[in-house]
Amino acid sequence: MKFGILVNEGPYQHQASDSAYQFTKAALEKGHEIYRVFFYHDGVNNASRLTVPPQDDRHIVNRWSELSKAHNLDLVVCIAAAQRRGMLDENEAKRQGKDSNNLAEGFRISGLGQLIEAGIQSERLIVFGD
Amino acid sequence: MDEQEVIKKFLYVNRKAPYGTIYALESLEVVLIGAAFDQDVSLAFIDDGVYQLKNNQQTSVTSGIGMKDFSKTYRALEDYDVEKLYVDKKSMEERGLTKDDLIVNVEILEDAQMAEMMEQQDVVLSF
Repeated sequence: MKFGILVNEGPYQHQASDSAYQFTKAALEKGHEIYRVFFYHDGVNNASRLTVPPQDDRHIVNRWSELSKAHNLDLVVCIAAAQRRGMLDENEAKRQGKDSNNLAEGFRISGLGQLIEAGIQSERLIVFGD
Repeated sequence: MDEQEVIKKFLYVNRKAPYGTIYALESLEVVLIGAAFDQDVSLAFIDDGVYQLKNNQQTSVTSGIGMKDFSKTYRALEDYDVEKLYVDKKSMEERGLTKDDLIVNVEILEDAQMAEMMEQQDVVLSF
């Protein structure tokens, strides 16, 4: 089965962020295909490279980066939702005249069209939210 | 079949009040962007989501909470060929609202009709 995944909530704040990861990982291990994981609303915060959780806790951001590397997973962060929450990649930081960027490895920033496309191309689009 | 020509039935389920959280505003942004993809789009307003369509919203700094009133955008949806708007009857009535309180024309659905409409969808985005 080809899945699209939508993550609408932020890391550590809401179970949706963990559930999305666990579902994605389990699906990949079972041999399913993940067309794309799209991060929207506060879900964009799952992509912050500057996240520093306590050492005895899971590292939600790194976990996604590692999964992306292992499975060539497409992790897309919505640009509009990201910008209003202070989430920028190197190019956007330059374009907006900001002195820093914070997008973690394995993620890319793009438009909402990528979410619609995931809905069209996937056999199931699974929403993880509140 | 050319993959680009696939037309799916997309349903946006709006369950949250328009202000207080950003879900309603960002959901509307998806609808507007999604309209460019020529899919078969419907919107459902359930629970506090029916407040998104309340007319005469006053949100300016002087008269309200200092936020942009985006309710007029729902009126523009028909220009994007988004014309199927459904409101849950029970949610509307529980909040003391009638069709006359809403900023756009909608179809009012009973629980069972809403369930049936949802059953027909290919992609359900719930915000």
